[in-house]
Amino acid sequence: MNATTTGTPPVLQLRDIRKNFGGLTAIENFSLELYPGEIVALVGDNGAGKSTLVKIVTGVHAPTSGTIIIEEQAVAMSSATMARAHGIEVVYQDLALADQQTVYMNMFLGREPVNRFGLLDRRRMIDDTEKLVKDLDVRIPSAHATIRDLSGGQRQGVAIARATHWASKLILLDEPTAALGVAETAKVETIVLSLKQRNIGVLIISHSLDQVFRLSDRICVLRRGKQIGVRKTSETDKNEIVAMITGLQH
Amino acid sequence: MSSINTSPGRAASLVSRFNLQQYVVYLGFLAIFLFFAIVLKDSGFLTVRNLSNIVLQTAPVTIMAIGLVFVMSAGEIDLSIGSIVAVAALAAAVAINAHGLLAGVLAGLGAGLLIGLLNGALVAYVKLPSFLVTLATLGLFAGVSRSMTDLRSIPVTNNAFTGFFGSGSLLGVPSLIWWTVIAVAIAHLIFRETRFGAHVLATGDNSRAASVSGISVAQIRLAVLTISGGLAGLAGLLYAGRLQAAKYTLGETDLMTVIAAVIVGGTLLNGGKGSIVGALVGSLMMGMLNNGLILMGLSVSDQMIVRGLIILAAVAVSLREKSR
Repeated sequence: MNATTTGTPPVLQLRDIRKNFGGLTAIENFSLELYPGEIVALVGDNGAGKSTLVKIVTGVHAPTSGTIIIEEQAVAMSSATMARAHGIEVVYQDLALADQQTVYMNMFLGREPVNRFGLLDRRRMIDDTEKLVKDLDVRIPSAHATIRDLSGGQRQGVAIARATHWASKLILLDEPTAALGVAETAKVETIVLSLKQRNIGVLIISHSLDQVFRLSDRICVLRRGKQIGVRKTSETDKNEIVAMITGLQH
Repeated sequence: MSSINTSPGRAASLVSRFNLQQYVVYLGFLAIFLFFAIVLKDSGFLTVRNLSNIVLQTAPVTIMAIGLVFVMSAGEIDLSIGSIVAVAALAAAVAINAHGLLAGVLAGLGAGLLIGLLNGALVAYVKLPSFLVTLATLGLFAGVSRSMTDLRSIPVTNNAFTGFFGSGSLLGVPSLIWWTVIAVAIAHLIFRETRFGAHVLATGDNSRAASVSGISVAQIRLAVLTISGGLAGLAGLLYAGRLQAAKYTLGETDLMTVIAAVIVGGTLLNGGKGSIVGALVGSLMMGMLNNGLILMGLSVSDQMIVRGLIILAAVAVSLREKSR
């Protein structure tokens, strides 16, 4: 099922986004709408502008011009903290987990709940973590496990669970399986697909076209900062996408 | 289906959580205690007087070690604590003799906090490595305390001060033990049970992860070095109180002992993991070691060699665990 057709408003709209670094144009005229329950893949060669776009959506860079609209409200974001306040969470390529802390402390990193004495509410953190990893079927030994004792797939599962816990609108996945083996990639992909039921938008950046075709509802292609086009995954094929990415006809 | 809390998983995680480093301080403490208890049976090691002396003499080192647990857990280091002790003790002594008890306490603690704040600001906002910043302030304030006093000792004759910070007692418990217990209890609570403590650990563990999670890494760095400076200032007051005098040599040789106590106590040199209680036990262990080696008749140079070897062993265990 595709939310594009159901009439619900998009969770995220990017309108005519442009980003210049000095005289260099990193992104021009980029427009995209993302609907709840939808997975959109952003593809393009190295240097196509994907990471710049991620940084714009996560509030790290402000666009030079253009509008970011979250649930029909134009927003100006000047920091990652503001993006989070708008319900946008990122899963980074290099995980951004604190290795020697427990799973539950990572789940609440920077947003730890406290009781009325101002002390950490560990019970709540542990309970919420256990419920979440159970819902998402992230198989970890326990919420008390230390991150460095987990496998790469388990770690990425924790990172996605954390994003899921806090994201109310959008999760951005930046190469979520780049460092993982085959079995672990499959596990993470299952988790990503299960996010569709949570009615949040997912924007995924991936170098693996196979993965993009397995996961996404639509594919958006960037080349040298230009938006080449957006295709419904069900109505395109790899040849077309590759041609769009490289600019070469087959 | 979920495999959370299934018994094999939990057992595996318990096994992986048991590591030598976590317990080495307690085992080491016990081993050294037993060793001295047997070897020095006839030299008075086991007397109540000697054992309580160890605790009293260790108080300033324990206080400094608490500060260093915060600093090292955040992935930084503070080499300047020894110099802060001297400056704070001298400032307190001068202020007491001129304006009385309260002025002395404020001058001592204030000097410590200010130097800590300077260290912290240079690390957090000028983004200089704490190793170099505190190495520089170590030398800088060692010079300041020397020139402040022309290398003389300043007597502290205020009885209220020397009682409160030195030889006095409350409910039959010496004040130095009160200071140790209270400082350890408060620091342990802050370190283990508050968001600040969690953010200190996250900053030392993975500063980028901390930063993208909305933690102000700069504020954490500023805070831990200021805490360390303040506690070194308190240690200076304890020295001045116990010795009833302040001199530029106070704290001069404590750095190695403090670092050893903290590392042996289970705090990782590279940050992300720390223990206040471990630092207390580590500090008592170093004090016991000093005491025992003296009773055994070792020369000062031999004591330094033995202490150095123990630090080497502790660092080796600490780093081995980190890279596991």
